[in-house]
Amino acid sequence: MTSDLLLDLAAVVSLLLGAFLSLAAGVGLVRFPDALSRLHAATKPQVLGLIFVVAAIALEARSWSTLLALTPVLLFQVLTAPISAHMVGRAGYRTGNFRKELMLVDELEDAVDRATRESERTAGDADSDSDSGR
Amino acid sequence: MTILFTLTGALFTAASLLAVYRIVRGPSILDRMIASDVLLTTLILVVGAEMVLNGHTRTIPMMLVLASTAIFATVAVARYVSKQDLSTKDDR
Repeated sequence: MTSDLLLDLAAVVSLLLGAFLSLAAGVGLVRFPDALSRLHAATKPQVLGLIFVVAAIALEARSWSTLLALTPVLLFQVLTAPISAHMVGRAGYRTGNFRKELMLVDELEDAVDRATRESERTAGDADSDSDSGR
Repeated sequence: MTILFTLTGALFTAASLLAVYRIVRGPSILDRMIASDVLLTTLILVVGAEMVLNGHTRTIPMMLVLASTAIFATVAVARYVSKQDLSTKDDR
C-alpha cells in the first residue's frame, strides 16, 4: 500500500518537473531578447521534459512494456529535435536574427563571409560568361 | 495528489499561454516557429500527463506521431526563410 502511494507520488512529481521545464521554456520565450537565445530556452522541455513525462507514465502504469512502447517517442524526439534546432539556428544566423552586441565570440562570421564572397564570385563569373555569350 | 495535478495543469497552461503570446507578438517568423514548436512540445507533454491523470495508455500512438512529425513544419519554414532572405539580398 505504501509502495503504491510512493510510486504514484513519484509519478506526479515527475510530471510536475516536466511541467516546470515547459513553463521555463515559455518564460524564456517571452523574456529572452533574440531568436537564437529563444531557441536555447525552447529546447529544454523537448528532451528532459519528455523524459520526465515518459517516466511518469511508466511509473503510473507500473509496467516495463509501457516504458518500451514509450521509448520510440523519446527516440524520435531525440533524433529530430537537434535537426530542427540546427535549421532554425542556421536560418536565424543567416537572416541576422540575433543581437550582435550580446555575442562574445562569433566564430561563424569568417566562414559565412568567405562563403558569401565565394558564391558572389562564381555568380559574377556566370554573369560575365552569359554576357560574352550574348 | 489532486493539488499536485492541478499545479501541473496550471504550469502547462501558463507555458502554452506564454508560447501563444510569443506566436502573436514574435518579431520574426523564426520566433513564431520556435514558439509553435514549444506549443507542440507542451501538447505532447499534456497528452502524456492526461494519461497519468486518468490511468490509461491509449494515447501513446498520438504522442509517437506528434514527436516524429514535429520536425517537418520547423524545417520547412527554416528552409523557406533562408532562401527568401538570399533572394532579397540579390535584389538589393
